[in-house]
Formats: sequence, C-alpha cells, structure tokens
Amino acid sequence: MTRSRGRQTVRIAGGQGFWGDWLEAPYRQVTGGPVDYLMMDYLAEVTMSILQKQKSRDSSLGFAKDFVPLMERLLPILVERHIRVTSNAGGVNPRACAQAVAALAHRLGFGGKLRIGVVTGDDLLARLDGLLARGHELRNLDTGRPLSDVRDRVLSANAYLGAWPVVDALRRGADVVVAGRVTDTGLTLAPMIHAFDWRPDAWDLLAAGTVAGHTIECGAQCSGGNCLKDWQTIPDLANVGYPIVEAGPDGTFEITKHPGTGGRIDVAGVTEQLVYEMGNPAEYITPDCIADFTTIRLTQAGKDRVRFSGIKGRPATDTLKVSVAYFYGYKAVGTLVYAWPDAYKKAQAADRVLRQRLAALGLKFEAVLTEFVGADATHGALARASAPLDDLPEVQLRIGVRSPDKAPVERFTREIAPLILNGPPSVTGFAGGRPKPEEIVAYWPALLDKRMVEPCVEIVDA
Amino acid sequence: MRLLELAHARSGDKGDTANVGLIALKPEYYPVLVKQVTAARVTRHFKGTINGPVERYELPNLHALNFLLHGALDGGGTISLNPSAIAFIRPTALLRLEVDLAK
Repeated sequence: MTRSRGRQTVRIAGGQGFWGDWLEAPYRQVTGGPVDYLMMDYLAEVTMSILQKQKSRDSSLGFAKDFVPLMERLLPILVERHIRVTSNAGGVNPRACAQAVAALAHRLGFGGKLRIGVVTGDDLLARLDGLLARGHELRNLDTGRPLSDVRDRVLSANAYLGAWPVVDALRRGADVVVAGRVTDTGLTLAPMIHAFDWRPDAWDLLAAGTVAGHTIECGAQCSGGNCLKDWQTIPDLANVGYPIVEAGPDGTFEITKHPGTGGRIDVAGVTEQLVYEMGNPAEYITPDCIADFTTIRLTQAGKDRVRFSGIKGRPATDTLKVSVAYFYGYKAVGTLVYAWPDAYKKAQAADRVLRQRLAALGLKFEAVLTEFVGADATHGALARASAPLDDLPEVQLRIGVRSPDKAPVERFTREIAPLILNGPPSVTGFAGGRPKPEEIVAYWPALLDKRMVEPCVEIVDA
Repeated sequence: MRLLELAHARSGDKGDTANVGLIALKPEYYPVLVKQVTAARVTRHFKGTINGPVERYELPNLHALNFLLHGALDGGGTISLNPSAIAFIRPTALLRLEVDLAK
C-alpha cells in the first residue's frame, strides 16, 4: 500500500481476463509502473470440467498450467517489488498448483522468501451424492430441473467462493494466492478488504470492491479492447494497457493504466464493461454482498482515469452459486466458402443439398444450424433484411449439428467434402480437413445453502 | 435514424439468456432511449431469434438501459452451435432499430 495525493491507496492490476488472454499483459502490469497486487482470473464455467478431466488422468494436474511458466517469468520482479498475486489458477487442484509454484520458487533461489496461500473447499464433486441425499436438490437456475436428472453425467461441481478466504490467505502472509473457484470479483475485492481492514458487514465498501472487480475482470475490455464507441480512434491497441484499480479506504476508486500504454480509459468505455453480462443491475449478487450498479457515479478524473463513487451495497444472500458441468452430447461444425457470382445463392443451394442428404440418410439431430458467414452469421434475420446480398464477393456456408449420440454427428462430418465436387460450383475453403465431432460439456448453474460449504486456507512455504 | 447514432452497446451471456447494455452517446439521448426502446419494441425487433421474454432495466446513473433476452442462445454456452456470435454480437444488432430523435 502506498500514499498518493495524501491518502492511502492500494493498486490492483488486472493481468488476465480469462485463461488464454494476452501472455504479455501480466508482465507489463508488474513492470510498467507501481502496483501492489496482480489479479489473475483464469476460470470460466466450462474450464473446471476440462481441468477435472485432466486431474482424473493425472492427479498432479487439474490447474491452469500456464500459471507456472508465467510465475517463472514474474517471480523475480514480484519478490523485488513486493507485489502480491491473487489468482484462481488452482482450478480443481490448487494444492498441486501451489506445489508446482513452490518448487519453481526453490529452483529460482527464492526458498524461504515466498509464501503461497492455497484456497480450497469449493470442490463439491466428491460430496455431491451426500448433498443430494440430504435434500439439496441443486435445481438448475434456468430450467428448474433437479440435478438428479443429470447426476450420472456430472463432470465437475464447484461452489463459487468469495473474497474472504483470499483475505485470510493474505492476512497469513501469502505472497501468491492460488485458489480454486473463487469469483472473479473476489480476487480484486480481497486485497481491498485486507489493505483497509473492511468489516464483513460493510456492505457499501464490499459492493464498491465488487464493482472494481467486475470492471477489471475482463482485462483490457475496460481499457479500449472490444470497445464499440469511437473504436477507430482508440490509440495503439497493439500496446493496450490493462486496467489498474487505485482504491481508497472509503470505497472510492479510480480505474487507470500505466503511462505510455495504448488503449483508452474513459467513462463510455468503462460503462460498456459495467453492462457486460449484466442481469438486474440493482442486484449484482456475489458471495460477499449484493452490489447496486444503479448507484455507481462515474467521472473522468484525468486522461485515462475514471473515478467511481457513491456505490451502495446490501447484505449477501444465504446461498452460494454452484457451477456444475455435465456431459451433454456431441456437435460438429463444417464450413465451405462459395465465390462470386451468386455466392450467397450457391451457399444456400449447398445447404439445401446437404440437408436433403442428411434426411435421406435418416440422421436425427437435436439441432441443425445453418449460417452464411458474410451475410447473416452475426446479425441473423436482421442482417438479411437490411443488406444487399446478391453481389457479395464470397460467402462461407457454416453448418453445425448437435445430437446426444455420436454416430449421426460422425456421419455428418463425412457429408461436407463431397459437396466440393458434387454440389454447387466455385467452392473453396476446405483446407482444414473433415470436421471432428466434439464432446459438449454443458453448464448447470444452481444455488446451495452457504452453510454447506467450508472454505479452507493453507499456507505453503517455498 | 438508427439507434447506432444515439447509443453504443455491449453484450454478454448468462446461461440461455443474453444481455445487451445500451448506452446513450450523450446524456440528452437517454430519455429518448427510455421512451422509444421499450421491452415490447425490442421483443418485436428480435422476433424469431429469441424464445423467451425480454426484460428491461434502467440505469439512469450511467445513461444506460439493460435488456435481458431470455431464450436467445440456442440452449446457451457450449450447447449452442455458434455461441460467440449469438451471445456477444447478435444482441448488439439492437443498434439497427429505427428511432426518432424529434419525438
């Protein structure tokens, strides 16, 4: 924590908006200027099931593997500059992840100089039958169906933990926190709670930290990336600066980025990120509080600097969200590109031919989706209604199928290539070979009584 | 004129529900959005592409409206045969809606 402009400030840098985000971002965040914490979010809903599968094959896996080589690059800087890390890179095996980081720290000569906090307790897979037997039905929040309907196909089940176990790890001196399924927002809120000693019922402050977390949880999406307003004038996206929260003890904070980086932080761009994945804005529910997004006041406090104030919160609910992944079935997508003249009509004709053949083969699918990329794939019928489609230089036919069974999907994948010689003319774009049937792992959101989940924090000394 | 001239937007997904946040380009456009971009109009705009109702929430502090398009995502997430287009882009086709600044 530092003092800046006469007040206590904690600086939390967003380093990773999802697993697969820009590898340079975390390095630039810890070298481009002063920060106190590096926040790294790795887990999307389906990620947990992929990690669970890896762990079932090898008990030393099941975490975000990229995190270890990244730490190899960052540790010397983190240690030198006293920057601490909050992450959910632990996936379904936080202990193994922590051990890998500890071994690495040893190898780099940081033995005895690094404490790793391990947050577990989110993984419900082994406890699922016990919970169901005790009457916790884990009904799907979208469909209302009880989890017992798909119990035999469940691949992973995790409760979303909030900021408090991460706070506990920080209080116990963790330099690097490796958590399982901790909420994205909790990873940012935790350093603020820790720095300012906020109380568990300080709802407005917890809501403010939650809003800060939501703002930076998608990385550069609040600093010029994927920004629609004035997108053509956003400077130097090649060197886009990832966001930094500069928070004060009163719950006000500013979002900024390092000097000399590209992108833009303004009220319009930050607002785009605030409404991203928004439900009821007055009730943004996390394990830590309910944040009211209709109370946020934004002001441009300087170049690439937006100030947040006025945020109100309400008490947390009695439940935790649970994310279950289960096996759903198979899908495959095939594509072909048709060229001018009549590109769109040729692609439409190919779609008709293909569908007729699938029907003649007696193949049954739960869904068949045809899209004409270049014509309607992004805007659907609204695009067809408003743009001239008769003189397009090229159109990609993209056709996808879905089924509970593999066999019809497998057969479908063999019906694309023949169209090159036995369908409409002027066709290309088959360089990738036959499409492969993909397993569909579906997501089952549910709620669980908070008392059923006991977060656990351990410290591993490197 | 198209809504694109009065607002910008960002979209995301939650299960089988897509959201689109619609943000006024200038504060004085916000009342126009509130009056003309109703849940009923948005339902008509996306007719045939969503299976459920449309809910609208107001964020006057951000000069923004948030729409939830239920049943918009072909089952949602990984089940959908084109999740990124349907969740993250199609809802922003709301900006094609015709509005009248003079009204």
